[in-house]
Amino acid sequence: MRSVKNHLSLIIALFTIVFTMQVYIVVDRTVIAYESNLNENYSIVVVTKKKVETDSLVAISPKIKSADEISTKDVIKRLQSQMKQRHIDLLKLSLPHFYSIHLTHYPTPSEITSLRKRLERNSDITRIEDFAQSHDTLYKLLLLFKSVVVIFAIAIFAVTSLLVLKEMRIWQFQHNERMSIMAMFGAPVWMRSAVLFRLSIVDAIVASVLAIGTFIYADVLKVGNTQLQSIGIEVLLFDPLNDGLLIVGVALSLSVILATLIVIGHKEEV
Amino acid sequence: MDKVILAQDLSLAYNTEETIISRANFSVNSGDFVFITGASGSGKSTLLRSFYGALQPENGSLIVGGVEVNNISSSKLNFLRRHIGIVFQDYKLVKEWTIEKNVALPLIINGYAKDVSDIQVDKLLNHVKLSHKISKYPQELSGGEQQRVAMARALAHNPILILADEPTGNLDDYSSRLIWNLLEGANTQLKATVLIVTHHIPEDLAVDYRHFNIEGGDIYEIS
Repeated sequence: MRSVKNHLSLIIALFTIVFTMQVYIVVDRTVIAYESNLNENYSIVVVTKKKVETDSLVAISPKIKSADEISTKDVIKRLQSQMKQRHIDLLKLSLPHFYSIHLTHYPTPSEITSLRKRLERNSDITRIEDFAQSHDTLYKLLLLFKSVVVIFAIAIFAVTSLLVLKEMRIWQFQHNERMSIMAMFGAPVWMRSAVLFRLSIVDAIVASVLAIGTFIYADVLKVGNTQLQSIGIEVLLFDPLNDGLLIVGVALSLSVILATLIVIGHKEEV
Repeated sequence: MDKVILAQDLSLAYNTEETIISRANFSVNSGDFVFITGASGSGKSTLLRSFYGALQPENGSLIVGGVEVNNISSSKLNFLRRHIGIVFQDYKLVKEWTIEKNVALPLIINGYAKDVSDIQVDKLLNHVKLSHKISKYPQELSGGEQQRVAMARALAHNPILILADEPTGNLDDYSSRLIWNLLEGANTQLKATVLIVTHHIPEDLAVDYRHFNIEGGDIYEIS
């Protein structure tokens, strides 16, 4: 019973740490997916007097990923029933060319301003529509989202540090006496520490398995899927290979660091 | 006769301002049964701690089992301790280990094979009359029983030197007698050198013994 209690205290601490870390990863993925979604739906529209090569528009800034001409055929088609063909032909000749410019990433307001200036330098471009106002609102929302994630990460770090420190004190108390007794009979450091490392590795594996199991189950149940789909994004809740390895790695590293600190900080009591 | 302990101008201190043992000269021969007495706080336990390297001499020289304790390296210290058996007033058993594992500790550290270790543990627990408690944990035993386990552990690896710090300090008369018998047996049968720090020397000892007393930082032998 005592041994189970000893194990449980570290398993719970490690589980909390890796669980929170994975939640942070999922939240981070959500923000990235949301940002990418915003970027896909965002474009700057430019109007030119004459037809220009889309490559020349892309060359204006490295921030521009692609440029596509917006076809005016549909507009003209709609007008055909209301206008004479002669006027339609005239309109075709006088109608400017429209281009939709897609960017490599979701821009900041200052990036939009600088991009606008660069586009204005091109004499072929007569008008630029960057939807700055609606972009600004969305961008602020994204910034808020990112800030929440950063605060969340700081909170995780603080809680993790406190948990590890608390666990370290408990472990020091639990293992110091045994290590001192072993030292008294001439046990070398590796032998005195072996129990500690074995215990910490076993606990790290148990905590990892519990965390992995929880996230696989949450993935199967598709937790939060409806909410995410409603804002047009899909997020991978748990990647068994990468996330699983990360969880095992973090849990093992933390427990081994903890054990090492205890071994280093061990003071003979007898 | 081989000297198991040789102290020359030995001074011991926990800090530079307060010397506990001052320029002591004495030796303990192989096979001796030695008592160290003195008032509380006189430095008996401090002196014992220096014998197993838990305290380094402030000045002078201390040789235990042929090993110079001054500025001893950790590997030499481990080597020295593997040849010493120690018994404490508060037993110092590992609480989360069974009696069997506690007694086997010096054998594991000294690299004994499992089957040899098992036989030795059985023999010792039989000797201290605790065979029936082999699977118990220390907290399930009485104080006297725990001290017998500590004795069995101290004898397990046939040490050249047994150090005992107030081994019967917490025990009733019956348990105390058993512990004294075990210490006497270790000296007469196993030929171990026994050094005991105590307030009280029992009157009915069957062995010849030497008696050192500590007073005012000086160590002197009472003949």
